[in-house]
Amino acid sequence: MDKVKKFLSDKYDVVVIGAGHAGCEASLACARMGMKTLMLTMSLDSIAMMPCNPSIGGTGKGHLVREIDALGGQMGLITDKAMIQCRMLNTSKGPAVHSLRAQADKRKYHVAMKQVIENEKNLYLKQGEAVEININNDEYEVLTRTGSYYIAKAVIVTTGTYLKGRIYIGEVNYEGGPSGLYPSNQLSDSLKKLGIELKRFKTGTPARVDGNTINYSEMQVHEGDIELIPFSFLTDKVDIEQVPCYLTYTNEETHKIIKANLSRSPMYAGEMESVGPRYCPSIEDKVVRFSDKPKHQIFIEPEGLDTNEVYVQGMSTTLPEEIQIKMYRTMEGLENCEIMRPAYAIEYDCIDPTQLNRNLEMKNFKNLFFAGQVNGSSGYEEAAGQGIIAGINAALNIKGKDSLILDRSEAYIGVLIDDLVTKGTDEPYRMMTSRAEYRLVLRQDNADIRLTQKGYDVGLVDEERYKKYKEKNKNVRQEIERLKNTKLTPKREINEVLEKLGSVPLKTPITLYELLKRTELSYKNILELDKERKKLPKIVIQQVQTEIKYEGYIKKQLKQIEQYKKLENKKIPEDINYNEIKGLRLEARQKLSNIKPDSIGQASRISGVSPADINVLIIYLEQQLRLKKERGEDL
Amino acid sequence: MYDDTIAAIATSLGNSGINIIRISGKKSLEIAQKIFIGKKGIKLKKLKQRYLHYGHIIDPENNKVIDEVLLTYMKKPYTYTKEDVVEINCHGGVISSKKILELILNNECRLAERGEFTKRAFLNGRIDLIQAEAVMDIISSKSNKSHEISVNQLEGRLSKEIIKIINEIMGLIANVEVNIDFPEYDEDQVTIEQIKKTSIKIIDKIDNLIRTSETGKIYREGIKTVILGKPNVGKSSLMNFLLNENRAIVTEVPGTTRDTIEEYANIDGIPLRIIDTAGIRETNDKVEKIGVEKALDKLRDSDLIIMVFDASKELEEEDIKIIEYIGNKKSIYLKNKTDLEELLDLSDYPKIEESIIDISIKNNEGLDKIVSKIKDMFMSGVINVENDLIINNMRHKNLLINSRNSLDEVLKSINNHMPVEFLEIDLKNCMENLGEIVGKSVSDDLVDKIFNEFCIGK
Repeated sequence: MDKVKKFLSDKYDVVVIGAGHAGCEASLACARMGMKTLMLTMSLDSIAMMPCNPSIGGTGKGHLVREIDALGGQMGLITDKAMIQCRMLNTSKGPAVHSLRAQADKRKYHVAMKQVIENEKNLYLKQGEAVEININNDEYEVLTRTGSYYIAKAVIVTTGTYLKGRIYIGEVNYEGGPSGLYPSNQLSDSLKKLGIELKRFKTGTPARVDGNTINYSEMQVHEGDIELIPFSFLTDKVDIEQVPCYLTYTNEETHKIIKANLSRSPMYAGEMESVGPRYCPSIEDKVVRFSDKPKHQIFIEPEGLDTNEVYVQGMSTTLPEEIQIKMYRTMEGLENCEIMRPAYAIEYDCIDPTQLNRNLEMKNFKNLFFAGQVNGSSGYEEAAGQGIIAGINAALNIKGKDSLILDRSEAYIGVLIDDLVTKGTDEPYRMMTSRAEYRLVLRQDNADIRLTQKGYDVGLVDEERYKKYKEKNKNVRQEIERLKNTKLTPKREINEVLEKLGSVPLKTPITLYELLKRTELSYKNILELDKERKKLPKIVIQQVQTEIKYEGYIKKQLKQIEQYKKLENKKIPEDINYNEIKGLRLEARQKLSNIKPDSIGQASRISGVSPADINVLIIYLEQQLRLKKERGEDL
Repeated sequence: MYDDTIAAIATSLGNSGINIIRISGKKSLEIAQKIFIGKKGIKLKKLKQRYLHYGHIIDPENNKVIDEVLLTYMKKPYTYTKEDVVEINCHGGVISSKKILELILNNECRLAERGEFTKRAFLNGRIDLIQAEAVMDIISSKSNKSHEISVNQLEGRLSKEIIKIINEIMGLIANVEVNIDFPEYDEDQVTIEQIKKTSIKIIDKIDNLIRTSETGKIYREGIKTVILGKPNVGKSSLMNFLLNENRAIVTEVPGTTRDTIEEYANIDGIPLRIIDTAGIRETNDKVEKIGVEKALDKLRDSDLIIMVFDASKELEEEDIKIIEYIGNKKSIYLKNKTDLEELLDLSDYPKIEESIIDISIKNNEGLDKIVSKIKDMFMSGVINVENDLIINNMRHKNLLINSRNSLDEVLKSINNHMPVEFLEIDLKNCMENLGEIVGKSVSDDLVDKIFNEFCIGK
């Protein structure tokens, strides 16, 4: 490395290191906001790669994709192009937890995303391994392994699981990146040299099996929805031939093999000390921790249309390849399966995300951003959600504008980032709807209403999307108004319809709006009572109906949000010295000095900061404010 | 600036004959009008500002008179907090002050935190800058401590009970969350019926706890007082005196052994928790030995020790032992049986001799001196039971009521056929209110619970 002659390759506004889901959204956001952007990746063939499950969305995650889309991101659009099956989850529950999940053709996803990136104005795509980030006169120099270096005003690090990646398969372990790729071994040291604190996380993926060697006939078939709902607010219709997924189970024999070979799993042998995610447990973990369960679900998901490889969800493991073959073959339908890629665990460097501000910029380094798995998160959608925010804020910084910070009441993305930077994480962080306090308001059907204006204001959302959002919003509002103003009187023909629908007849006049609150009635089934209505898109109807049916609850939540916002809007100046504030307990002082919250609201979420500390802080801020005023008067 | 209305007893309970209860915020006037009747026994449509109204506080539910009071209404911004303020001067001691505050809190009003009036005064620009430090001091020293105290005061058995309820609700929520966040997994689906059943069951339990809090059993509260002395010195008679003569609230604490009995006495509003020990003496009897050890244990964390000497006997080994046990602890020394010939010589212990109170329980002599001594010590701060005791009882009761109300909401939502994620909101509220009582932040535990108890994830 030292012998390589360095040369200045080019200057950019932003250099994005990494081309995974975070990198793609970050780069596209920057480029679309007018930044000359370089996307640097170790392999052009692994852009937007899905090294784990071939699916996008799921509960919470589907919400994230909708939000990325609403802000002007790409993930939803590409998923609509690359999906080979799609379902709306939780339809038996309420609207707040409906969530889209699609099986994606991995290759198609990669190709479609790569094309968008290649064709994006302002976006330059280069293959190269970033090995150093240096600071020079307020600018960054990103050096590649082959000696070229790039000067940038801002850098976004989205290195995923590549940093000092190490692969574990049974007794074997070696340096490696995900899915047979190379690791990035030098950049970590450069980050450390800058004083950035690193942690070591791990994650795992199951084996890929040759679909031709599976006997599907005995497995449960999981088909997609009959009517497909697209991820993107821009996609009107998804027209694809769907392929099924399958369900099989582990059994006693599988568990026996696993238990007999536990000592050969590096996690159990104590060779891996890094922390893995609890929601992605290896099969050995499941068998040991839930030993009373006689079987575990295993989902068989196709990796794409032009490959026979299938993903065996639920069978992630670090047991040796030999054992993997044995245990996979114990399962119904997999008796003769051939493993094409063995399961592995990967261990990697990530940063402690509490070093970041809520705009995803390093607290100690202006214009140095981090997004995605390198921040301790897990999942494509979580990565992409951070990516778009880092991209937007890098561009805003360069333009000298205020950051875009989504708060917990505005978006799942806000919850995700706030959790990461305020509380940190001890394991790869996965989005779950239960992490969101204001779930009723943060629905997937209203992501555009929540966020598209913001995306437009920062210059990322284009006119087409903006117009569409405006139109939808107008339709929703107008329809609600119309329903509020349309009255039914207790006439016989009306009451007959109501009785037919199992609803109580009217005694006094009622608006359609109030009528729709009845559980047994829906927008669809009262058509006979509402002949004036014009045809509206489904998504509009759904939103209208949700807002009416759950009005009371939503209002209650909006009130809570109002309270929450009060504390969020109490800003803490950057130059505050917590050691100066006598009333704070030592622990609170340390925590606050470390996390540097930007508002009283954020401060109150730091563990180890008590309500009393927050009160002291509020008084202190008021005191400072008055002191400033007094000084101003003196002048 | 603040939306909510707060109330608290502004004076130190037990230290004075009159207590002032202060309400501050938008709803102050409305609340006052609800619970106050003027001297003619009617509710006043208009309360004159800055005027001392004479009247009574009534329970609006049954119009029962709680106390005779003086009430002042002060309109913002010319008040301490720069908000609408109502102050109620009542004079019925701890019990009725508490009752009045409870009535106030039944409305849209919450118990003020430590130093909160002052905090509002400052933030609303009423208090000048120099005092800011003092405000911060009050908040940091008092509220951190009082929170800790509040949790510690809770009777062990009750905090266990509450934690059990929390776990039950959390288990339910975790299961609901798993159903929501991991719908593809075949974990048991929580049915609405299950939520209903559990909610009803828990409402019952919480109602029980609320009743318990009313009888005062929720706390190991009061100034922990131990009466010591060798056998037959008059300990039991003294205890009976303290209990009987002062409208004692006698509750037997379950779980205590026959060796130490705890009784609650109320000496002019000062709550005493009297622990009657089996006597301290060397013993070889196994059962009695346990009793004695227990007594010594109690001694270690008592607030006040009352030691009784027998005037008619010489100083004995056992007395000396007890004196040594007591050491520097806060104590009152009594010389009983002064009606008999005095043989007791305390000249080796000048400090005791100087402060000892002569009494004769038999002849009912000198007993009032004990009461005034206890009151003296309490008011001069030598021994103290902070307002916290009484206040925390109320705070906890309030939280219990809130959590019960949340469960009522759950049932209401079930009747309205709301989907499960709507029920979960109120279940969570219930859990958080209960968590506050036992000083646990429960929301962080939820994710742990989900992963510990459910086998989910790819």
